[in-house]
Amino acid sequence: MKEFKVIEVKRSILEDNDADAAKLREELKAQGTFLLNLMSSPGAGKTTMLKRVISMLGDELKIGIMEADIDSDVDAQAIAEAGARSIQLHTGGMCHLDAAMTRQGILEFGAEDLDLVVLENVGNLVCPAEFDTGACRNAMILSVPEGDDKPLKYPLMFSVCDVVLINKIDVLPYFDFDMEKCKEYIQMRNPKAKIIPISARTGEGFMEWTQWLREEAAAWTK
Amino acid sequence: MHELGVVFHVIKMVEEVARENDLTQVESVTLELGEVSGVIDSYLENCWNWAVKKQEKLLREADLIIETIPAVTYCEDCQNLYGTIEHGKICPRCKSPHTYLQQGNEFRIKEISAC
Ligand SMILES: Nc1nc2c(ncn2[C@@H]2O[C@H](COP(=O)(O)OP(=O)(O)OP(=O)(O)O)[C@@H](O)[C@H]2O)c(=O)[nH]1
Ligand SMILES: [Mg+2]
Ligand SMILES: [Zn+2]
Repeated sequence: MKEFKVIEVKRSILEDNDADAAKLREELKAQGTFLLNLMSSPGAGKTTMLKRVISMLGDELKIGIMEADIDSDVDAQAIAEAGARSIQLHTGGMCHLDAAMTRQGILEFGAEDLDLVVLENVGNLVCPAEFDTGACRNAMILSVPEGDDKPLKYPLMFSVCDVVLINKIDVLPYFDFDMEKCKEYIQMRNPKAKIIPISARTGEGFMEWTQWLREEAAAWTK
Repeated sequence: MHELGVVFHVIKMVEEVARENDLTQVESVTLELGEVSGVIDSYLENCWNWAVKKQEKLLREADLIIETIPAVTYCEDCQNLYGTIEHGKICPRCKSPHTYLQQGNEFRIKEISAC
């Protein structure tokens, strides 16, 4: 008869990932690469936004894009045409990226010579927020057609973001979207989040957004 | 499949604990799961049962035991504590939206039974 004994563990499941993520951040700091984790619902405008950022910052910063999306071959091509390097990560059909997968991606990418790497996380608003990827900053894109009450429905996502982009503001007149309410809901969940309304189509708001990126990347890599 | 990813994290942690304590066989793993942790018990059990079958002897027969922690929200305006599942983000007493989750998003390994 086997003698089983009870061993108290009392450890959070995310603990080892959190430690791993902290380590990855140190490695990124040491090699001078600023990694931005970008989250959103599908179709919020990540690719369109990134193309514009690449064209605006491409002369100052060496930019790379890591795609975690399941079938985003088209995106990789769009990014290459805009003038940045990109790779496809292998998530094995998982609904989120953890720090180990992100490190693997950074290694495969050979990101040492890159100043700014954007990780396009898997397109959902629940799971990615729970797993720290090891990125230096977290951003999300919320687009006008998704509704101003999104921060109420996905509080965790908003609470982990350093910056929230509200995209597609060119279509504001056609939607019942209350910008002030939306900002208030975001601030309720996360008073420190920076909120930048943009239109990836017209370029509105991109001076402020690229300035944020420029400053954050400079502060990180100096 | 969020649950499957999570199961792999649990397995990794149990393997670590087993190494630290020289364990060779795990009988059961007890998790503490908050009501609003975003993980669904029954999916988690299914994923667990599927995943442990593919493991070495250490985990192959391990049962998963889930203890639920109720979700409780605190209202900053009237200091009221109330059930998150029934009432959501708006305080049922004073209707304030200035509330935060006090407990209920836990996801911890409480203990394991092993030899
Ligand atoms: N009106 C308007 N449309 C936009 C804007 N940004 C993106 N779109 C459109 O929204 C659609 C989705 O944009 P993408 O950039 O592909 O979005 P994505 O987040 O990369 O999408 P997935 O990779 O499929 O998740 C496209 O039809 C874009 O043209 C914007 O600022 N205004
Ligand atoms: Mg895209
Ligand atoms: Zn109240």
